[in-house]
Amino acid sequence: MSNYSTNEFRSGLKVILDGDPCSILENEFVKPGKGQAFSRVRLRNLKSGRVWDKTFKSGESLEGADVTECDMQYLYNDGDYWHFMEPDTFNQHQADKTVIGDTGLWLREQDIVMVTLYNGSPLLITPANHVELEIIDTDPGLKGDTAQGGTKPATLSTGAIIKVPLFLNIGEVVKVDTRTGQYISRA
Amino acid sequence: MDVPLLGKTGVTDPFIDCFELNVNGETRYLQSSPEYFMKRLLASGSGPIYFLGKAFRAEEVSSKHQPEFTILEWYRLDFDNNQLMKEIADLMNMLKISNSYQSIRYADLFKKYIRINPHEARLEDLQKIASTVSDASFFEEDRSVCLDLIFSMCIEPQLPKGLVFIYDYPACQSALAKQKKDHEGNYVAQRFELYLDNLELANGYVELIDFDEHIARFAKDQLIRERLGKKIIPLDYNLLESLKYGLPACAGVAIGIDRLIMKLMDLNDISKVMSFGYTGVDSNND
Repeated sequence: MSNYSTNEFRSGLKVILDGDPCSILENEFVKPGKGQAFSRVRLRNLKSGRVWDKTFKSGESLEGADVTECDMQYLYNDGDYWHFMEPDTFNQHQADKTVIGDTGLWLREQDIVMVTLYNGSPLLITPANHVELEIIDTDPGLKGDTAQGGTKPATLSTGAIIKVPLFLNIGEVVKVDTRTGQYISRA
Repeated sequence: MDVPLLGKTGVTDPFIDCFELNVNGETRYLQSSPEYFMKRLLASGSGPIYFLGKAFRAEEVSSKHQPEFTILEWYRLDFDNNQLMKEIADLMNMLKISNSYQSIRYADLFKKYIRINPHEARLEDLQKIASTVSDASFFEEDRSVCLDLIFSMCIEPQLPKGLVFIYDYPACQSALAKQKKDHEGNYVAQRFELYLDNLELANGYVELIDFDEHIARFAKDQLIRERLGKKIIPLDYNLLESLKYGLPACAGVAIGIDRLIMKLMDLNDISKVMSFGYTGVDSNND
């Protein structure tokens, strides 16, 4: 990959910092009077998710990171690896537990997710903001209790446990926000 | 006074880069300020003069920086910084920007916000502070770069609102300002900057007139440029001739007019005060 100088830094550019792939979120050019100019850069470490604020001297450069994003279909989990497929080329990719992390809780087979590839291997899996999943376990529903606003835990088909309204029963399908893990509505 | 925008050479300042052009087979530089031409006029006996026009800097583009901008620069004979700052404050008052101002010594800002004396602090300490606040390594950097970083990250954002003159800059940031000893016995540059609500608007100084000291300053600039891997700018022999002949005692200042208009119109992007501002590669309006 080529190197990028501070004047090429812009939001969305992927670079390597301290060995990790990072995405530039913001770049502010600062120049005091007749002095040295700086770039105040905010980056997200794509591995850890951590946001960094770093200041570079103008003209310094960072190595570009080979990071691409691709919509893929989630196929299955074989116990060790989660398998994904590019729908157009049928190319398959596998991701291990460290890549999947908590997103495994929202992966339903056949769903389309966004896979971030780093040097050709999955680095990050981003499910759709909203997914529809079936309740496989919860306490029996309370009829007529739709207005109280009380909640109870429910286990979904993917293993995720979320809070749902009291009136829902096993077998019903609910819409969940994957960014917050919150129940939105009945599907 | 009107002076050329194209010159045979540019400034040697390590951190100001001029656009280089090929004019009829010869290299010419778009002037980053009218300073050198104006000083030649002053040496030839022009008396006090001003320039209002375009200047060019091959810098990065930001919400406060444009490669082409409007500069107001003027020189007063036998003025010191206090007189010049007062004159600028009068102009700001006439423009209804503010009818009051404060003046703060550069060293006092560092004492207040960083708890160090910038003129006396050891280089190692400045490098340590700069590295900490930037989350990057500044251990190889010189005094001036460390001070610039600390100033722009820790002091500039905390400056009082309104018009603020900062004066008595560190000797290592003299540019072409005359130096003096301050009351604590440290050499400082008789240079000031004007800030309005944390935005730098103007830079001025009591002009250096000593010929040999000019040569020394230019040589030091060239050394820094070389160390930074930047192009060495040929010295301006016409300017040197004039300086040898004699620059009268004077003080001068340059004001960024676009920034001033930005503040007058309460806008936060300099390109918005220009008819066709440069907005970089994604630009669709130039």
